[in-house]
Amino acid sequence: MMSEESQVNPVRGQESAFDRPGRRSEWRDGLRCGFPIACGYFFVSFTFGILGASLGFRWWETVLISMTNLTSAGQVAGVRTIAAGGSVFELALSQFIINLRYSLMGISLAQNVSDDMSAPRRMFLGFGITDEIYAVAASRRTPVTTAFFLGLMTLPYLGWTLGTLAGAVLGDVLPKTVTDVMTLAIYGMFIAIVVPEAKNSRKVLAVVGIAAVISCLMYYTPVLKDISVGFAIIVSAVAAAALGAWLFPDVDGGACRE
Amino acid sequence: MLVTYFVRAVPFTLFRRKVTNRYAKAFLYYVPYTVLTAMTVPAAFYATGSVAVAAFGLFVAGVLAYRGRGLVVVSLAACAAAFAATFVLQWLS
Repeated sequence: MMSEESQVNPVRGQESAFDRPGRRSEWRDGLRCGFPIACGYFFVSFTFGILGASLGFRWWETVLISMTNLTSAGQVAGVRTIAAGGSVFELALSQFIINLRYSLMGISLAQNVSDDMSAPRRMFLGFGITDEIYAVAASRRTPVTTAFFLGLMTLPYLGWTLGTLAGAVLGDVLPKTVTDVMTLAIYGMFIAIVVPEAKNSRKVLAVVGIAAVISCLMYYTPVLKDISVGFAIIVSAVAAAALGAWLFPDVDGGACRE
Repeated sequence: MLVTYFVRAVPFTLFRRKVTNRYAKAFLYYVPYTVLTAMTVPAAFYATGSVAVAAFGLFVAGVLAYRGRGLVVVSLAACAAAFAATFVLQWLS
């Protein structure tokens, strides 16, 4: 994934004369790294498109959501909240919590960003901080330049948008039995992310278990049941994570996957 | 959408120093997993027409995820399993 010029200098952060490949090749590096992410995103966003259609959104609404958000977890929570008639506050709060980890990623990424990343550019590129994009950018050994990051964002963004479009449009066309089953796909993906981590770490397992229990409580018990979807997600997730942070504060802080 | 954007862009723009508070770090580390769990359980069981079908699909997903299969494989398998279960159920009734 690295251009020949950067291989000359493997130590992170050090710059030498060999080490400043032109903008063009930085951009191309970015594109190359972004391609596998884009493929995954196409599939993920396709299932999101289907979910949106099944919840009653028009296809262009679903696509717009994808184009302006670029986050599967956030978007799923968002459409469910909207479909259930949740308040704007609830929506904003759940988005805030869900995307909070990107703040941390942004902070850590900002440590290793090249000097050509002026504040306005960071304001713009910050939009593209998703788990995968972050993981690639963070593993880059030379400081991350604007060209690289932009190249990195491009294909995944296209994949995400087109995938949503495909899913949203096909969602209307395919028979109900098929779309019903496909909504399971997004949950399958969430499982694919959570289970391996829970398997590796007892702490994560415990915390996830707590989240599951709280979430079920919110779903089934008479009083708590009336709390709407968005808040229920927030409460379960924050409470479990906070409890985990309090009880098991020592983690690697590795990059998470979406 | 605005919230998503600001939550991502603002810290990236402002913060150049590292976060060291271990509680904050741990919290932010756990959040994605708890959020995904909170969204899945129990809602996913009701995602399809029948709880049994969904449960079976989710179970298959869980097993494959446990064995370390990738995102795409796990979710496709979940769908395939649920699809198969739907037919089995129809055939049984």
